[in-house]
Amino acid sequence: MAKYSMHILVCGGTGCRAAQSTKITENLKQELDANNLSETVQVIETGCFGFCEKGPIVKIMPDNTFYTQVKAEDAKEIVAEHIIKGRKVNRLLYIDPTKKEKVDDSKHMGFYRKQLRIALRNCGFIDPENIDEYIAREGYEALGRCLAEMTPQDVIKIIKDSGLRGRGGGGFPTGLKWEFASKYQADQKYVVCNADEGDPGAFMDRSILEGDPHSVIEAMAICGYSIGATKGLVYIRAEYPLAIKRLQVAIQQAREYGLLGKNILGSNFEFDIELRYGAGAFVCGEETALIHSMEGQRGEPTVKPPFPAESGYWGKPTNVNNVETFANIPVIILKGAQWFRSIGTEKSPGTKVFALAGKINNVGLIEVPMGITLREIIFEIKDDKKFKAVQTGGPSGGCLTEKHLDTPIEFDTLIAAGSMMGSGGMIVMDEDDCMVAVAKFYLEFTVEESCGKCAPCRIGNKRLHETLEKICKGNGTREDIELLQNMSRVIKDTALCGLGQTSPNPVLSTIDNFWDEYIEHVDHKKCRSGVCKDLMQYVINPDNCVGCTACARVCPVGAISGERKAVHKIDPALCIKCGACIEKCKFNAIFIQ
Amino acid sequence: MTKVKSLADLRKMKEELQNKVNLREKGDNVEKLIQIKVGMGTSGIASGAKEIFNFFIEELEKRNIEAVVTQTGDMGYNFAEPTVEVTVPGKDPIVFGNVTIQKADKIIECYIKNGELVEGILPENYDKIDNK
Repeated sequence: MAKYSMHILVCGGTGCRAAQSTKITENLKQELDANNLSETVQVIETGCFGFCEKGPIVKIMPDNTFYTQVKAEDAKEIVAEHIIKGRKVNRLLYIDPTKKEKVDDSKHMGFYRKQLRIALRNCGFIDPENIDEYIAREGYEALGRCLAEMTPQDVIKIIKDSGLRGRGGGGFPTGLKWEFASKYQADQKYVVCNADEGDPGAFMDRSILEGDPHSVIEAMAICGYSIGATKGLVYIRAEYPLAIKRLQVAIQQAREYGLLGKNILGSNFEFDIELRYGAGAFVCGEETALIHSMEGQRGEPTVKPPFPAESGYWGKPTNVNNVETFANIPVIILKGAQWFRSIGTEKSPGTKVFALAGKINNVGLIEVPMGITLREIIFEIKDDKKFKAVQTGGPSGGCLTEKHLDTPIEFDTLIAAGSMMGSGGMIVMDEDDCMVAVAKFYLEFTVEESCGKCAPCRIGNKRLHETLEKICKGNGTREDIELLQNMSRVIKDTALCGLGQTSPNPVLSTIDNFWDEYIEHVDHKKCRSGVCKDLMQYVINPDNCVGCTACARVCPVGAISGERKAVHKIDPALCIKCGACIEKCKFNAIFIQ
Repeated sequence: MTKVKSLADLRKMKEELQNKVNLREKGDNVEKLIQIKVGMGTSGIASGAKEIFNFFIEELEKRNIEAVVTQTGDMGYNFAEPTVEVTVPGKDPIVFGNVTIQKADKIIECYIKNGELVEGILPENYDKIDNK
């Protein structure tokens, strides 16, 4: 076996791959070959580093150098300079956005400073397509210990004691779920992994499956052992091709090693995993809808009870957990419930992965202990704009504002603040975002994704969306706001499944937190962020206009008229409010009213 | 490919595979480990730095010393190649010149294990910008 003295880790997550990271890997290998270094330097394609904004990422070990935005052409320089001569390639180092200084290793990057990686422990560290690297990181040890040293009840007890709560959004105690499923007797039981990640902006499940698929496989086997199931199914959306491929490779490898199949690790336990593909419907993240979709029926939810633990896949007891939840399991078994409880808060132990998006400097994936404050996560807002709100929990969640910045983040505090954890998407908004329009955006999503089975969700959400549209167009009244509030409450109380029960949350929370903005929209017909185009009017200030005709020439619809060297005019009936004239005007003569 | 038949098998396998990721695990907390940098500019390599580099990697592992061995560029002490910089946590880095296999062995046994200085230390003749 070759003896490597250096490892080059290249990110092979979907984001970095889209930016041609595979080409970087190829070029690096070629360069190393050309320099006779392929025996001493190993190139490894890993899962997501989380730092997607500055991808593709290349990390060099053991000196822990972190290169960002690497291009395929840079491979030559990295090998010639860093590998052969030992000099860091300065221009590829990460530049700290606040200090404007170069940072040469990930330890000193603000982005990684507050993170504690449990679920993402192997992402960006091991080669996800190589089971050996997972085993070298204590992989399958937890499964081995469960089979050799513990009874199924012991395993459930550890998970219960750890206080782990479902990371898919609801926050239901995982151990309790396992216990329910274990109590029902049946000839066949199932373990299902919910990899139907549907929240706009959330991609932690995909990253885990792409970066560390074995951790999910191992955890599913552990779950199977504890509830008495021999079959596992991963319900994954077909739009995640890389995650599917890596899962398939991992399942195959686990079978070859005898870690899936019959008599696992010399015990009597038998377990195997198959994949089921979803078409990407949001409602299929709901467990009953998911199960129906797996059975080949329409992805529609049914009333609970019966819970899947009693009657799930083909009417058999089924335990459904989310990807991130599973990824936590092996570590809990290895390190114990007490250890897990020491992280995070009393009611929400452990960590949570968040997908950060929107108006912040470091967009990407982070894993932080529960109980951290929003302020600590969103340490920098882009371009020095004023922070307005953070949307958490996707279409089921709500907005948190300035006053919530110091609230510790955990399942219950977020609910108390009118939002929810959801799967962990976080979209940061600044003064340029209109909160009414944001609520409308989410309703558009739920209207589209509603399965249509129950009336409150099918009709109610549609009406909510229409009313919001009316307000954005400048035709709203105070009664409309009241209507929104009433309708929202009714939908929440009467909808069949989680989708409808939570879909009015964005409306309610924006009304609660941004009452002023709603009032401005209905009373003064004004949108302070300049998002609602129907409430804006472009006007030329006659004092500043010199009649240069630049605006008239750039206007795509010919709405601006005027003689040369005379003051111009905008026809509001024709204007489409594209803003092209403002950009063109050198005299600051055009403004928005 | 061998099938893993028991937990003991798995553990044995883990031990064998450990070195696959060891390097990366070390890289994650490099400041707590002994760091050895071997100057591998052209003149260093010509004077046998590569052999010294491999010697350190192999011997430190054999002698169970956790350390990170990296190659670096020309350190400027070309009169005394190969040159090796050793940083023991909490101490200032020391550069050894004219390092042979015998001397490398001495560096491990005397300096790294016991903190005794070994002859051939090169006086530092420049400041690094990191300290400024």
